[in-house]
Amino acid sequence: MYSFEPTEEQKMLVESINRFSLNDLRPKSHDADEENKLPPKLINKGWELGYLQASVPEEYGGFGERSAITGILAAEELAWGDLAGAMAILTPGLFATPVLLAGSEEQKQAFLPPIVEDVWQPYTAALIEPSFDFDPNDLRTTAVQDGDAYLLNGKKTYVPYAAEAAGMIVYARLGDQTQGFIVPPGVDGVEVGQRQKLLGIHALPLYPATFKDVRLPLENRLGGVNGHDFAPILDASRLALASLAVGLARAALEYSVDYSKDREAFGVKVAQKQAIAFMIAEMATEIEAVRLLNWEAAWMIDNSKPDASKEAYLALTGATDMVMMVTDRAVQILGGHGYIREHPVELWMRNARGIATLNGLAIV
Amino acid sequence: MIEFETPKPIVMNNNALETVAINMMRPVSRYFDEHEHEIPWDYINFMHMAMRATGAGSLAPTEKKPKEGEEVKERPRIGYQTLAHMLEMLAWGDCGMYLVTPGGGLGAAAVEAAGTPEQKEHFLKRFRGDKPVFGAMAMTESQAGSDTSAIRTTAVLDTATNEWVLNGEKIFVTAGHKSLCESNGFIVVWATIDPSAGRAGMRSFVVEAGTPGVQVAKLEHKMGIRASDTASIVLQDACVPFDHMLGSVEIVREATTKGFKGAMATFDATRPLVAATGIGVARAALELLKQMLAEQGVEIRYGLPRQKMTAIEREVIDMEAMLRSSWLLVLKSVWMADNRIPNSKEASMAKLRAGDVVTKITQRAVELMGPLGYSREYLLEKWFRDAKITDIYEGTGQINRLIVARHVLGYTGRDLR
Repeated sequence: MYSFEPTEEQKMLVESINRFSLNDLRPKSHDADEENKLPPKLINKGWELGYLQASVPEEYGGFGERSAITGILAAEELAWGDLAGAMAILTPGLFATPVLLAGSEEQKQAFLPPIVEDVWQPYTAALIEPSFDFDPNDLRTTAVQDGDAYLLNGKKTYVPYAAEAAGMIVYARLGDQTQGFIVPPGVDGVEVGQRQKLLGIHALPLYPATFKDVRLPLENRLGGVNGHDFAPILDASRLALASLAVGLARAALEYSVDYSKDREAFGVKVAQKQAIAFMIAEMATEIEAVRLLNWEAAWMIDNSKPDASKEAYLALTGATDMVMMVTDRAVQILGGHGYIREHPVELWMRNARGIATLNGLAIV
Repeated sequence: MIEFETPKPIVMNNNALETVAINMMRPVSRYFDEHEHEIPWDYINFMHMAMRATGAGSLAPTEKKPKEGEEVKERPRIGYQTLAHMLEMLAWGDCGMYLVTPGGGLGAAAVEAAGTPEQKEHFLKRFRGDKPVFGAMAMTESQAGSDTSAIRTTAVLDTATNEWVLNGEKIFVTAGHKSLCESNGFIVVWATIDPSAGRAGMRSFVVEAGTPGVQVAKLEHKMGIRASDTASIVLQDACVPFDHMLGSVEIVREATTKGFKGAMATFDATRPLVAATGIGVARAALELLKQMLAEQGVEIRYGLPRQKMTAIEREVIDMEAMLRSSWLLVLKSVWMADNRIPNSKEASMAKLRAGDVVTKITQRAVELMGPLGYSREYLLEKWFRDAKITDIYEGTGQINRLIVARHVLGYTGRDLR
């Protein structure tokens, strides 16, 4: 059967996140971007909504089962509030979800319970590398077995909360595969650089990290000594990015609607001009189209359908174009005001440009 | 719960239709494109027999009536979902030929949407007979396209005979010729009973084949969908019985926009279906494009970051994402229709997105294949011509943008013209 109706539980979760986004995230968004920081209380409040905790089974300290669909609904609603805030709140998932998806039993028991505690903690992951042709399936960071250990070497960039990380998964090339390695705090050879300055998501602390002959026990390989399949992790990242794009675009559309119904020109509201109204119709249509594509991809992943990876890839491809189109138009609809930082649309446009690049900064 | 599993009956149905598309449509696709106004009777007769065998008089699935004493099971309604899949598949075979599938078409849809139970029984049973019968909708006039309230065809009640007397000229009537001249069908004519009343004067009338004063004046020569006839119809003192006006008797004298709204309601139901046909055409083009690329040794690698893709990979992957998401807009809007959820916004979204996307995809497919794409040796150039109509009939992309914008902005037709 087809159904486009989320479950009652999902609706309740979305509603509670929406309230948080409306009352907490969005009002702080502007200052957080200007001051390059998010209030820790805010992150904790978002964490307490319990999305990640609800996707970890009871035996590992959580209270539910992972569902990609629930994940994308939650991420969309957070990004509707603020992208940097959403990514910060979701950051522990960069560690927890790969362990849940690909970790060995021992790893799940060891790492999941301390993450899904009451307080948000900076568990994180390092995937992106500082080269123009960065490709998650073709990494330059390497892992080589050396006796009873793996040696990690390479450079990473955009690692959230790296300077204060409670734990980090580092992705590296092992043979011709991408594999995750669990790097605990305080290991020799890990060097975290100066906080990075980006085009958007200013409020999210991101760092470069260098790994020089970092020695890790064999059991620190994600999945244990036999390793893991990287595809489900990458799929989960694509779903997350696409849903963040949808949430962000929705915010921009709604702002454009409100503004254009308020602003007058030539004796009418500008929304009454077809030039503006048609832009808005196209924005709404593109958002809905990409949203459904991402829903289908998440459903395929939840139901282990063949081609699920491809669908998630298509969804992110669509989302990347859609979010730029929508946020660009939002700035355009506000005209000169759109370019001024008092309105949020220029921030949203800068954030939107990141969707194509930031694959690996969110996982659901 | 959000779900995307295609229901089994739809899968089975579509497997059968794919066979029809491959064996009865594709082999003659080029022929009927190059011999405009010839009629693909083999396909028509086959489809008519096949539909009769299943008890349906048209492509629209009928709901089975329970036998006496039989317990009525509450089943999810999937009628429009089934139809969307069917039309997508038939249009994948050949969109022009799909349009000549017998069974009432838009004429029957109008009767379904606006007719009384008696009218439905009386007018629709002909589609279940021995011979294929066609139906059509006559709305557009030379001066009234998207602005349907500007129609000038008049209907005047002759109180002496209790008949409606219709006068005017309709254009762009899909299957108008087959409905009136090649079968015992009918056209549904939109006319005004009070030219000063604008939309409130609009009513629809069933005009049957053989009605004196009705003449097919011209068959258009078109860019694409050439297997489908597009007729101009002249009504000159054409008389139809009083009860051929669709709807109940009370609406005759009332100044009401019910008639106009009836027409618009028909469009809410049919727009996603038209989108589905466009998507079928674009899928055909995309599949052939990928096949031809593969034959040339061009591999499409999925999963690469954008900056590592080739230009062709990026094009093809963009097309796939656009096509799939357009199809999902269709699915959502027909799912809403099946579940009796108002879907005017979603139907228009599906239609405008499909109009854009299928035009773009077929156009790019021609471009990417270079001299092969432009050649009539392959069907790519035909599909490019066929696809374009998706953005025009059943409400242009611009009309659908207006409708979506009004919904999103919370505006009436007066706020946003």
